[in-house]
Amino acid sequence: MTEQHIKLPEGSIEKATTTLNLGPTHPATHGVFQNILELDGERIVSAEQTVGYIHRAFEKIAERRPLYQITPLTDRLNYCSSPINNMGWHLVCEKLLRIKTPKRVDYMRVIIMELARISDHLICTSVVGVDSGAFTGFLYVMQYRELIYEIYEEICGSRLTTNMGRIGGFERNFNSIVFEKLEKFLREYPAVLREFENLFTRNRIFMDRTIGTGGISADRALNYGFTGPNLRATGVDYDVRVHSPYSSYEDFDFEIPVGKTGDNYDRFLVRNQEMWQSLKIIEQAYKKVQAFKGADAEIYHADVPEYFLPKKSDVYTKMEALIWHFKIVMGETEIPPGEVYHSVEGGNGELGFYLITDGGRAPYRLHFRRPCFIYYQAYSELTKGGMLSDAVITMSSLNLIAGEMDA
Amino acid sequence: MNNEYIKQRLIEHFGDGASHFEEPYEMLTFETPKDSNLKVLQFLFDDPELRFQFLTDLTAVHYPNQKGRELAVVYHLHNLVDNIRIRFKVFTDIEKPEIFTATKIYSSANWMERETYDFYGIIFVGHPNLKRILNVDEMNYFPMRKEYPLEDQTRIDKDDAMFGR
Amino acid sequence: MSRPVRFNVNTVPANTKDHISIADMPPGQTGEGFFATKLSDAVGLARKNSMWPLPFATSCCGIEFMATMASHYDLARFGAERLGFSPRQCDLLMVMGTIAKKMGPILKQVYLQMAEPRWVMAVGACASSGGIFDSYSVLQGIDQIIPVDVYVPGCPPRPEGILDGFMRIQDLVGEESIRRRNGEQYKELMQSYGIK
Repeated sequence: MTEQHIKLPEGSIEKATTTLNLGPTHPATHGVFQNILELDGERIVSAEQTVGYIHRAFEKIAERRPLYQITPLTDRLNYCSSPINNMGWHLVCEKLLRIKTPKRVDYMRVIIMELARISDHLICTSVVGVDSGAFTGFLYVMQYRELIYEIYEEICGSRLTTNMGRIGGFERNFNSIVFEKLEKFLREYPAVLREFENLFTRNRIFMDRTIGTGGISADRALNYGFTGPNLRATGVDYDVRVHSPYSSYEDFDFEIPVGKTGDNYDRFLVRNQEMWQSLKIIEQAYKKVQAFKGADAEIYHADVPEYFLPKKSDVYTKMEALIWHFKIVMGETEIPPGEVYHSVEGGNGELGFYLITDGGRAPYRLHFRRPCFIYYQAYSELTKGGMLSDAVITMSSLNLIAGEMDA
Repeated sequence: MNNEYIKQRLIEHFGDGASHFEEPYEMLTFETPKDSNLKVLQFLFDDPELRFQFLTDLTAVHYPNQKGRELAVVYHLHNLVDNIRIRFKVFTDIEKPEIFTATKIYSSANWMERETYDFYGIIFVGHPNLKRILNVDEMNYFPMRKEYPLEDQTRIDKDDAMFGR
Repeated sequence: MSRPVRFNVNTVPANTKDHISIADMPPGQTGEGFFATKLSDAVGLARKNSMWPLPFATSCCGIEFMATMASHYDLARFGAERLGFSPRQCDLLMVMGTIAKKMGPILKQVYLQMAEPRWVMAVGACASSGGIFDSYSVLQGIDQIIPVDVYVPGCPPRPEGILDGFMRIQDLVGEESIRRRNGEQYKELMQSYGIK
């Protein structure tokens, strides 16, 4: 069969690129950030990112608020896993005030932080599925996110932006309903996660779309400041929980999954494996919490009346609690001047807090080291040379949460 | 490899260039004059024993009361192999806040410096694309400086008496 | 092979004796083979049970919206099965999350691209009034730039709250008069926002 070639006169078509605006209102409900792509046909030549569409000036607001009023602000950083942000903030305050929390409090914090990590990874992995056209996985796992929300509700009253805990521990002890729901979760969730993995991991279409796209090498990733599952997918096993353990993570036995090439498929697999490891940690922590009996089982906060807001029932009936409540709320307690940096392993990587106090009620300067902001810079390098559909999958597999990016 | 050793190496290499050594909460903190920030970063990056090859954070602080040293740029570095963190600060005047950019050494400094410029007005000399990143492009002041208020001053519907101002 | 049922393993037969509600007919005259009612009632009934929403999700409320869309609190039961992301094809603009001043013009442009009749629902404290972010960069409520029909307070509102807001929108849609969009009051409202 002969082919007809259309011969055009020389120089009549100039090679030009199309500019496509993958704008701030974009259908993957991740949040608002904009990518201006230069396309040559279907291939991406360059990408420019614009962020700041949800800049809420957290750092300026934090200079006005006393320490415990900053907890609701930290909730709204990475809102898919807000307990981790809350606990991270309380850990910074405890480092500043040199408070040591009892072991039971640490183990309770570990349970909550790992549940939050599972919740965050579930959103990311199921939305990678939704962006590549597979809506079913999302519906299957949302049921179990609802169960995690119910556990949060029992402890702090709220589902998503939890404002959980106090400096020194929790505001109330875990009651029997929490343990019942936790047992139900531990019993039923592994089967669901296995089913979710079955749908995606060896699925031909999903593999073809994600293998080889959006990859980055370990050196470039480290230079770009990647942390968290995105860095672990490139092969570097840096995890703040193991490197600088906080909240008694050194008492737990878990592995850190790493990938090889850092492409979208590796990120997906690393997140799935991390969910399995989180389940393992929750089981161990649950047994350790149950091992405290008698009077020890009633400990849910450190003994620091100067910084721990007392229970309302005590405030209305006991004199000391009333005085401490008054002092804490009116800002009469002593916050030592100092500067401290502490980081926790958030859902996306190393979430750091740099706090400078000057003795007053509110911090002098509070800076959040936000992992999403730092690794989104590498997006143009990740997508260069790839196709447009890969750009969308890369964006969702990086787990970009706009609240954390813009703060 | 501990804070003492790092301090010793820095004093040996820079002499007076590294000063004001402190250890708040076990993290070594020091200060260098603003012209040698790249030299310090390069030394800490290249040295085969110090190996501070990860830039954790880059931010700024405004001290309106210290005349001549109002703006401080703070770098947090991390040695992933030996697990040591250090912090160093570079002070500059508010009249001419120009600091050399760290983007040649660490690519992650790109957006962090843009954010610092956006909030404090520090000009990073040599930065490939120094424009506002988080605030609106038309903004003509640097909001995180202490003299500017938090709230939007153009609102007419808020009653100051009710809001405690 | 069919999937084994995991939930509701010990099923209890549903007691529907007094629990089934049938949607009421709008008031009208009925006879052999015909039913006469006001045009606005019939059109309203059709419109309200097949709204096509545009989720303009910016932050935390967007995640609660994802929970509302999922199978536990199903938004599709109310007819909002097809979520569109193109304003040209949608009726209801659900603004969920904080709108910063940088985002304001974009929101206005999306609103202008929608075709009449269009409704707006502000979900969450940030969209209704700026929420906890009383700062220089946050728009203190989207009603500064576009007219809003229903506000759903909460930070974030529970999915039941979002569903309740959706039902209030359905009430508004069902009872809207045919001539509302051409009337004087509506024109004045649009003028006050600078929309032609």
